[in-house]
Amino acid sequence: MSGIKASSLNLRNKFGDWWESANAAQRTIFRIVVIGIFFALPMLNNPIIDTPETSFTSVLFYPLIMFSLMAVGLNVVVGKSGILDLGYVAFFAIGAYTHAVMSIHTPLNFWEILPFAMAFAMLAGVILGLPALRLRGDYLAIITLGFGEIVRIVAVNTEAIGGAAGITDIPGPSSVLGIEFTVMDPRTYYWLTLTLLLLVIWGVLRLSHRKPGRAWEAIREDEDVAEFMGVATLKYKLWAFIIGGAVGGLAGAIYASQIRSIQPEMFTLNLSIMILACVVFGGMGNIWGVILGAVILGYIPEKLRFLSDYRIIFFGLLMVVMMNIRPNGLLPRQKREKFQEKSK
Amino acid sequence: MDFSILISNFWSLGLDGIVVGAIYALISLGYTLVYGVLRLINFAHSEIFMIGTMAVYFTILQFGFTGYEDPLPLIKFIGIFLLLAVVAAVVSGGSAVLLEIVAYRRLRIMGASRLSSLISAIGASFVLVEVFRVMTDSKNLDFPRLINKDPFFTWGTLYLSADKVLVIVGAAIIFFILNRIINHTKLGMGIRAVSQDERTAILMGVNVNRIISYTFLLGGVLAGVGSAFYMVFYETTKSNVGFLVGISAFTAAVLGGIGNVKGALYGSFALGLVQQYTSAVLGYNWRDVVTFVILVLVLLIKPTGLFGEALQKARV
Repeated sequence: MSGIKASSLNLRNKFGDWWESANAAQRTIFRIVVIGIFFALPMLNNPIIDTPETSFTSVLFYPLIMFSLMAVGLNVVVGKSGILDLGYVAFFAIGAYTHAVMSIHTPLNFWEILPFAMAFAMLAGVILGLPALRLRGDYLAIITLGFGEIVRIVAVNTEAIGGAAGITDIPGPSSVLGIEFTVMDPRTYYWLTLTLLLLVIWGVLRLSHRKPGRAWEAIREDEDVAEFMGVATLKYKLWAFIIGGAVGGLAGAIYASQIRSIQPEMFTLNLSIMILACVVFGGMGNIWGVILGAVILGYIPEKLRFLSDYRIIFFGLLMVVMMNIRPNGLLPRQKREKFQEKSK
Repeated sequence: MDFSILISNFWSLGLDGIVVGAIYALISLGYTLVYGVLRLINFAHSEIFMIGTMAVYFTILQFGFTGYEDPLPLIKFIGIFLLLAVVAAVVSGGSAVLLEIVAYRRLRIMGASRLSSLISAIGASFVLVEVFRVMTDSKNLDFPRLINKDPFFTWGTLYLSADKVLVIVGAAIIFFILNRIINHTKLGMGIRAVSQDERTAILMGVNVNRIISYTFLLGGVLAGVGSAFYMVFYETTKSNVGFLVGISAFTAAVLGGIGNVKGALYGSFALGLVQQYTSAVLGYNWRDVVTFVILVLVLLIKPTGLFGEALQKARV
């Protein structure tokens, strides 16, 4: 165990050293190559990575890139600020329902609805967050858990948005830059989501290297001390919540536009828990870690189809085991390691 | 909004509220006791209750009831019920102790953050739900009717039936025993000591690990007995039964002041009554939304609940 740990860290440190010493041009080239590889992924057609029952390209869209997007959003809340949000699926549901309802009842198209989907999710974040974020961690966890379930119950009981039967015949995005979005071709959705994911990552990284990021870290390490030091804890926790919610809403809108029909039963707690497992497994607080976690945890149940019925068992066990053995996840936050090494 | 049902059934709704409240009380005590010693909400406690209902269901299967028999005579029913309650108590208590060992102990000894313990408990909770979901194929499991539920006593709109009397009397006996355990035994003294001040308790020679195990056991046993009452009253279970019952019981514990044993009792009865009356007005579908709103309001306005955290003196 420790051997594996040491070698993986070594590889990572080597990469870190190279990254430190690389000049701007080298970094840009590296970034372009990596992004290019990700954009080219749907072209990959290999029996080794193919999954039974579904094509690799559709797995690439859901769950892989969808999970990654949601995990990056949830990571702002859970990983960066240490707020345990168990109702993340609510934001996803709000985004999906916003797109479904608005695309049918208003003349707006997908691109015009996206800001609304995010705005409604953010609004839900404020409505839930303003009261809930004043509470301590375990109360907050229960409140968010209840919120996720309440959103679903309200959707089931409200006939105006389809009740338990949900909404069908949701229009997809109109074509943009000559790219058509059709139900049959998940690749275009993958590219769309990947583009948005890159934007989200860029935004989150910028935030975490600046004042909000430092505030979140201070809150995560010790909220009371952060408050004594003059960090406006409620404000920054609320922002983390809102940003996480917006990303969830974005993911929901894209998902609804691809899947074309939604039911409240799609938005159960299990989804919240799966995304949380991705974040915990990958490494809370490290954006690359949570993406790795999302990719691994999204892919394994698709590849090993016989596992799919047991996937929540597997995810739950993983959460218990990770917390007991490696609480910082597969790829832990770098800063913390540096700090620990110095303190040794 | 339909207040006519509320008015015409005021007393029978009130009785149901007390019955439901008694069941919630048995579960919310587990939340409160564990919170007292660990300062953590035991997230998987609702699944401990679910396991209890499953144990009751699978035990009754062994008797070969089809659900169409004539109701049992009272003595025989009480015998079978006691057996069910004991089985559920043993199974739930055992699972609670196991849960503590698997999900909490190592983290506690390592001194991990609250977030880690929470995530670990949530993981364990979902594992339990899913294991039973796969095992029972997500079906509603119907419990046979063991006892005549026709009212034997009527007064205005108040209908008294045997199952309701059983729950109320049974729960009262359990609360009496629990009171004796907490206030008059060495174990109870240990639980109170750890709740008040863990460090001092260690210095006074209390074996904290053992007390914590016993607290989980006690909470699990109470939830198990509660699950037996639940099955006789509602006559159905499902792998996800724990979630909503758990949220209600937790709300009751918070309403009474989490960590406070008496508070959990009063909170449960208050919540049971409120749930019955509001579902009569708004419709049963909105019951859980109401519960959730109550939870949020209590946490916002008076997080220490109606009776405060009295099991321990001060919050650490």
